[in-house]
Amino acid sequence: MSVKVEYHKFDVVVVGAGGAGLNAAQVASQHVKTAVISEVYPTRSHTISAQGGISASLGNLEEDHWHWHMFDTVKGSDYLADQDAAEYMTRKAPEMIIALEHIGLPFSRTPDGKIAQRPFGGHTAEFGKRPVKRACYAADRTGHAMLQNLYEKSVEQGTHFYSEFYALELLVNNGTVNGVLCYDIQNGEFHIFHAKAIIFATGGNCRIYQTNSNAHINTGDGLALALRKGFSWSDAEFFQFHPTGIYGAGNLITEGVRGEGGILLNKDGERFMERYAPTIKDLAPRDIVSRSMMKEILDGRGVGPKADHILLKIDHIGIEAILEKLPGIHELSLVFAGADCTKEPIPVVPTAHYQNGGIPTGYLTQVIKGNMDGEEFVPGFFAAGECASASVHGANRLGTNSLLDLVVFGRTAGEQAAKFAQENPFVDLVEDAGKEGLATMQKFANSNGTNTFGPVWEELTRIMQTNVGVFRTEALMTEALEVLDKLEAKMDDFRVVDKSSVYNLDLIEALELNNMILVAKAAAKAALARKESRGGHYRDDYPDRDDVNFLKHTEVYLEEDGKTPRVDYRKVRMQPLTVEPFPPKARVY
Amino acid sequence: MKKVTFEIFRYDPDKDKEPYYKTYEVELRRPGYLMLDALNQIKWEQDPTFTYRRSCREGVCGSDGINVNGVNMLSCMTKVEDLGSDHIVLQPLPGMNVMRDLVVDVDDFFAKFITVKPYLIRKSPNPDKEIYQSPEDRKKLDGLYECIACGCCSSSCPSYWADKKYLGPNAFLRAWRYLADSRDEGAEERLPILNDKHGVWRCHTIYNCVEACPKELNPTEAIMNIRKMLLDTEF
Repeated sequence: MSVKVEYHKFDVVVVGAGGAGLNAAQVASQHVKTAVISEVYPTRSHTISAQGGISASLGNLEEDHWHWHMFDTVKGSDYLADQDAAEYMTRKAPEMIIALEHIGLPFSRTPDGKIAQRPFGGHTAEFGKRPVKRACYAADRTGHAMLQNLYEKSVEQGTHFYSEFYALELLVNNGTVNGVLCYDIQNGEFHIFHAKAIIFATGGNCRIYQTNSNAHINTGDGLALALRKGFSWSDAEFFQFHPTGIYGAGNLITEGVRGEGGILLNKDGERFMERYAPTIKDLAPRDIVSRSMMKEILDGRGVGPKADHILLKIDHIGIEAILEKLPGIHELSLVFAGADCTKEPIPVVPTAHYQNGGIPTGYLTQVIKGNMDGEEFVPGFFAAGECASASVHGANRLGTNSLLDLVVFGRTAGEQAAKFAQENPFVDLVEDAGKEGLATMQKFANSNGTNTFGPVWEELTRIMQTNVGVFRTEALMTEALEVLDKLEAKMDDFRVVDKSSVYNLDLIEALELNNMILVAKAAAKAALARKESRGGHYRDDYPDRDDVNFLKHTEVYLEEDGKTPRVDYRKVRMQPLTVEPFPPKARVY
Repeated sequence: MKKVTFEIFRYDPDKDKEPYYKTYEVELRRPGYLMLDALNQIKWEQDPTFTYRRSCREGVCGSDGINVNGVNMLSCMTKVEDLGSDHIVLQPLPGMNVMRDLVVDVDDFFAKFITVKPYLIRKSPNPDKEIYQSPEDRKKLDGLYECIACGCCSSSCPSYWADKKYLGPNAFLRAWRYLADSRDEGAEERLPILNDKHGVWRCHTIYNCVEACPKELNPTEAIMNIRKMLLDTEF
C-alpha cells in the first residue's frame, strides 16, 4: 500500500483542543514550537458544554482552605485518588483561577467585585461539616467562557492549529513516544507529526452509553490509541453517572441548579435525599445521588406514566435568580424537556457523563506504566484532562473538579512537555512509522461488508447502559462481554458506504465505533474483575467497599493480539506531597 | 407517525460536477423531534454518504449551523415541527465556500474572528488577586460572551457575501465583548482594525445577523457601539 504522507516537526504536539489541550498549548507555545491537532475546531471541543463551575478555595464568600478541598476530593474519590495529585491540584487551584481571570474569563461577581462562588456537591467546610461556596462560575456557561478564552490565548501565543484532523496512531520508538499519525478530514490526506513530546488531551468516552451527556466526538479515541501501543487505562470501570440528565435526551442540567437551591423530588413530592445524605442532602456527591435516584425508581417511587424518572425543582428561587444565574439551563429545559423551569420541575434521570479514570500519570502529568511492583515514566508522553488519570478523581469525581483538573494538569503538561522538549533531542521515527494506523484506515475505507454504523452503535450503547450501568452484577457484565465480542466481530464484516475523500463522516464514525468497542470491552472487563463497590462502581453482588483487596488502581492493558483486555493493578499513591495522608474511612455525608 | 420531506443540497467534489438536491422522507418519532435527529436518521438509516457537522448536540459548540427553508439556524436546537412545514429545504450556510453537502469552509470565518485581537489586552500590571469588576460592569458582557462562533450571523449578512474581506458581525460582536470589558486596555490596538474599510462602516444595518443568531445576541448593536466609540476617539 502506498499513500502520500506529509511530515511535520514540532517540539510539542498536543492532541485535543479542549480545556486541557488548549491550556497546555498556550503555555508550551510560550517556550517552544507547539501544534494542536483536533478532530473539531477548537471552540467546538466538549469543554464548551461545562456549565456549573470550577472549584478553588478562594474563600471569597466564606472561609475556605485548600486542605478542606483536598479532603473532599479524596473522600469523594472513595479513597482511590492519588493523594500527591489531590494535594497538587487543590493547592494550585486558587492561582489557576486568578490566571484564568487575568486572561479574560468573565466570571460572575460578588457585590464587591470579586469572583462569585457557589456550593456544589461534596464540597464542604472543615472536613465534611457543611457545604461551602467553592465553585467559581460564569453564570451556567463556565466551560464555554473558559474554552473560548483559552483558544484566544493560544492564538495570541502563536500555537499552530490543525483543525478537523483525526488521530490514527500514536508513534513510539523503543519506548519513547515521538509522534502521531493523523488524517485530514477535510481532504483525506495523511500527516505525520514528529515531536519531542506528545500531550494527549483527547477527552472522554461516554458515547458508549445510550443515555449520556457527551458530544458526538467523545468516543475514547485517545484511550484506544494509547491502549494499542501497550499503555494502560487506569480505573477503567469507574464512570460517572451524573444525577440530572434531561429525561429522554441525556443532556446535562448542571449540579449548580442544586447549588443554587434546587431539590430532587420523587412521585410523592418527597425530598428523598434527606434520607440518603442527612447532612448535605441534595448536594451529596454524584455517585450517591445517582444511586439514590435509581433506588427510588426501582422501589416504585419514580415519576411519570412509566415511573421512570425524578423531578428537579428550582422554580422556588424565583424567575430573576434563574435567568441571571442559570440562563442556559432555562433554554435547555425548554428545548429538550419542554419544561419552563421558572414554573415547573425538570424531569431528570442519571446520565453517563464522565470517565473517572484514564491514561495513568504522575502528578506532573508524565504518563506512567505500572503494576503492583511499581511504576515508571514514559519518555516523551504526557496526558491531561478527562483522558488522563493523575489520579484526582479515583472512583468518583466531585462536580467542578473536572474543569479544575484540566486547567491545572493542562498547564502542568504544557510546562513539563516544553521542558522535556528543551532538554531532549528528537528521537527518530521508526521505519514504516504509522503503518498500523494506515492499515486500520485502509481496512475501513475499503470495507464492503454488511454492518453499518447505526445498528452496531445502537447495540453497543444499549448493552453498556443496561449491563454496565449504575447497578452491576457478575451475570450482567459477563453477558455484556459476550455481546461486545460479537460486536467486535461485526467490525470485520463492516461497510463504509461513503468512499469520498472529502469530509467522510461515515468513515470517521466507523473508526470511532471501532475504538468505542475496544474501550467498552476494557471497561466491562475491569468492572467484572473489581469484586467490591466503590464510588461510581456499584455491584449488587458485592455491595461493600473492600479496602483489603481492592484499595488499588485497576490498570487495563491489551494482550499481544492488540484487542483482548488484560486486567492488572497498581498501588494507590497514598502519600501526599507535604501533609498527612487521609486514611480510608466509611463514606457518609 | 408523521413524515416530513427533506430536500437536501448535495455536493461531493470527488464525483459531482455540480450540486444537486436529493429528497428524503423522515419520520418524526417523538414530539420535539430535532433537526439533528432527522439528519442522523437520514445518515444512519438511509444514506451514509450524506455529510454535515455536529458535535455537542445542545446548542453551544456551534458546529451545526445550516440554512433551513432560507433561514440560518442550529440543527440541534431546532424542532422540526416548529417549522410548520412538511417540506423542508436544507442548504449549507450561504456566503461560505461549500466543501461538501452541508459542510462549509470556516477557516476564513475563524481567521476574521482572530483579526480583532479577541483577548484581554492589559497595559497595567495585573494584581496578585483577580482584577476587581463590579457586577454592573460584568453585566455589560452579558449578551456578548455567549457567542458560540457558529457563523449563522456572518453567513446571513449581504455585506459579508459582497465583500470577501469584510470582517463580519461575528468578529465585531467578539471585538465589542473585549472593548466593553472594564478590565481591557486594548482599544487603541483594536479600533484601527475595526475602522478599516472592511470594518464596521461596511455594515448596512440590515439586521439579518440579529434575526439569524441562535443565541439571540445582537451583533448590530455591537457594531453601533463600536462606531460610537470610533467617533468619540481621536486617532
